[in-house]
Amino acid sequence: MEISPDAWILYEWRGWQLNATVVFTWGVMAILVLGSWAVTARLSEGETVSRWQVMLEVIVGRIRDQIDDMGSGDPERYLPFIGTLFLFIASANILTIVPCYQPPTGSLSTTAALAICVLIAVPVFSIGQRGLAGYLKTYVRPTPLMLPFNIVSEASRTLALAIRLYGNVMSGTVIVGILISIAPFFFPILLQLLGLLTGLIQAYIFAILAMVYIASASRDRASEQDNQTQAPNNQGD
Amino acid sequence: MDPDTWIAIISIVTAGLTIAIGSIGPAIAEGRAASQALQSLAQQPDASDTITRTLFVSLAMIESTAIYCFVVSMILIFANPFTTLVAQTGGG
Repeated sequence: MEISPDAWILYEWRGWQLNATVVFTWGVMAILVLGSWAVTARLSEGETVSRWQVMLEVIVGRIRDQIDDMGSGDPERYLPFIGTLFLFIASANILTIVPCYQPPTGSLSTTAALAICVLIAVPVFSIGQRGLAGYLKTYVRPTPLMLPFNIVSEASRTLALAIRLYGNVMSGTVIVGILISIAPFFFPILLQLLGLLTGLIQAYIFAILAMVYIASASRDRASEQDNQTQAPNNQGD
Repeated sequence: MDPDTWIAIISIVTAGLTIAIGSIGPAIAEGRAASQALQSLAQQPDASDTITRTLFVSLAMIESTAIYCFVVSMILIFANPFTTLVAQTGGG
């Protein structure tokens, strides 16, 4: 039994192997890009709005509200990154209802790549908000004694982020595979429904955790400003 | 018995033990988290939005412990690195 779509080679040309993970990732990317391009090319502000535009507005608005709820200043700043993570993982997991499709998030390489994106995004957003010295200062907080623990936690949470998503999606695929061999037709469908729910929740968790990590590395300055000026914390952006 | 069989036996037993013991803690923790969340929902229905969101996030965090055990047992059964090691070195 395959436990990863990496091993499923779809196309081979002169030693270049194209596996299912890459192909399905491109498919999801194409659906997201072409879909949103087709909708945003015909945006209207009039009285009649197409239903697709309403759908996009609802999705983007909800994501922005969720980021705003985390209380880390201007949500517009984080919306592109967090929203892309959520939409990619969610659509990659939801597309499992399509036959012959294997979710690319069920491969450790995809989830590791996403987790590394978060690992890089944390210092990028933090330096953008607080400057290099301010970012490095988060490592010796609350005391310099905590420096090694902070570094270890940075690495371990990246690993946990990758393994969590991979394990959840992969377990759905594997359990359905096992159930098909021992109790076909009915129970696999129930488990697949559960897998859809788990996939959506994991997409949400991944985005929320990425937001929590970014917020915890760039929040201190905002709260300091709050204390000093008693002003809303979006003036430094 | 040759080393390959021993590795298979130990891997299978360990995979079973891993998932069996490793799911006890998360199961208890998830039950406690869910019951506490239900209690707070009954006491403060107005805060249901925040409670539900926090519950989902914490359930996923708790569950990831069980998922790590699951990944380890899957590796032991389907992608055990030591079986290929024995095959390469000629079976000890």
